[in-house]
Amino acid sequence: MPVPSSVTKRRGKRLVSRRALPYLLSLPALLVCIGILVPFVTAIYYSLQRYRLSQPWAREMNWGDNYIRFLTDSDFWNTLAVSLQYAFLTVGMELILGLGIALLLQKRTRLNNAVSIMLLMPLMTAPALAALMWKLMTNPGFGILNYFLTLIGIDDFRWGASPSSALFTVVLVDIWVYTPFIMILLLAGLRSLPTQPFEAAALDGVPRMQQFLRITLPMLTPYILTAALFRLLESIQQFDIIYAMTQGGPGDTLTVFQVEAYLNYFQSTNVGRSSALLLILWAITFFISNIFIKNWLRLRERARGEV
Amino acid sequence: MEHQSKLETVLRGAALLLVVVFFMFPIFWIFLMSLQTNETILRVPPSINFEPTLRNYKALITGKLETSAASLEINFLQNLWNSVFLSVASVSLALLLGVPAAYAFARHKFKGSEDIAFTLLSFRFAPPLLVLLPLSLYFQKMGLANTYLGLIWVYQLICLPLILWIVRGYFEDISPDIEYAYRVAGHSWFSTFRKIALPLAGPGIAAAGLLAFIFAWNNFIFALVLASADKQPVTVGALAFITASGIQYGQIAAAIVMSIAPTLALALYAQKYLVEGLSLGAVKG
Repeated sequence: MPVPSSVTKRRGKRLVSRRALPYLLSLPALLVCIGILVPFVTAIYYSLQRYRLSQPWAREMNWGDNYIRFLTDSDFWNTLAVSLQYAFLTVGMELILGLGIALLLQKRTRLNNAVSIMLLMPLMTAPALAALMWKLMTNPGFGILNYFLTLIGIDDFRWGASPSSALFTVVLVDIWVYTPFIMILLLAGLRSLPTQPFEAAALDGVPRMQQFLRITLPMLTPYILTAALFRLLESIQQFDIIYAMTQGGPGDTLTVFQVEAYLNYFQSTNVGRSSALLLILWAITFFISNIFIKNWLRLRERARGEV
Repeated sequence: MEHQSKLETVLRGAALLLVVVFFMFPIFWIFLMSLQTNETILRVPPSINFEPTLRNYKALITGKLETSAASLEINFLQNLWNSVFLSVASVSLALLLGVPAAYAFARHKFKGSEDIAFTLLSFRFAPPLLVLLPLSLYFQKMGLANTYLGLIWVYQLICLPLILWIVRGYFEDISPDIEYAYRVAGHSWFSTFRKIALPLAGPGIAAAGLLAFIFAWNNFIFALVLASADKQPVTVGALAFITASGIQYGQIAAAIVMSIAPTLALALYAQKYLVEGLSLGAVKG
């Protein structure tokens, strides 16, 4: 925007205070940054130590030992595998379902709007409480879902209590909570697409499936990518649902990064290993978040350009 | 799209019904459970034919839990109050600090402003435990462990980045020309901010504040690590409550309903703001 010259002159007079102002205004935000950075650096320091709260006398620097030990530590590889499984299962399912529901609700009818408002409800439910709700519904004694399963001939399905179905159970809760998030983003994306290509395709008699694959999907890709990366970032760090549902159990079935780090810290008081685990998780999220932020800013610029 | 076949209409309707049932049934069912005594909850097969009772809610509000074995003291209202206080105080503080900072980031591209904004955003995505665990040791040394002050401070980690990023987008959308015109008329910087920028960014601030409130309310891990029973919000309190009350399923359901009702009501009341905030400016600048 061109600035009127009179304004530039006025600005010159109070240059000093004008220069300090933005720094002053952003000082609190800066302080919070520092408030985060200090514990972050501390965590790096801890991760390079042999440090158990229960054995303070044995505390010493062991440099990369905690990390090197991960290479031969089957618990670590289990954590990595479960975290990745959880993240990709949830995000994959949520993308498919979210896209399907968004397509279903694309037209702005009163019914569709009512349904999309209803779908906000699970998203507004605290994930930890959502897990408790599902725990009540899958209780072996009176769970309504167990009853439904007996109707179709499945007796004694043990949900979160059995190693073979625990992952399925927490993924289901995650899908219940977060599919609406992807749906909302993709619905907004769908409704913002230009209509001309679709009209032209309809005139040419292009089949609907072809329209979807050749026009809708490519134009929607930036939105899908943004939603997927954002969810992936959150999902690989999931703690609330898993901790509230099974505390990481049964056994080590669901010890994803943050749950394993929490248990390491509070149960085996192994601060060193716990910090090293969290830093590896941080490296993964940092990598994903850089891609996400770039992608998101591009999308934002484009959305602005069109307005 | 206009000429749908009958089959397609039926299929669409069925799919829509399935979606509504899957997403609404859990809330509906837990609500029904909260109106029942253990006797009717434990019936096999389950049935929706029962005398609704408010006994569970009464027990939670009076704090006296009558079980067949003994009477148990519970303090769920304290958890509820903690949630209200922590969320309201954290969001207020975050708005107070975040809105001026967002304005500074939007209007003045000063050296390092992008870096600070990016750092804040990327920490929004860092694993919370990475910061929380060392912080819990610091808090113990500083006397901030298990205090509202400490918790509100930590809650800024969720609230502040959210407000900063959403509100900044709204400020950037306001043309600076209006502000320049007002300033040329001889008004101070502060009154320009208050009379012009703030009202124009109003919807964005409302959306960001609402979303921050919901995130603060729904947060679980911060208080799990940093607070003990008397300072815990409902998310952590409900989990502890299950362990304490054992098999009082009706009361557990009622506690869950009371814990999720505020955010659900807010969502219904302000869904337009919410959808805008959730897309984080990705869809509509």
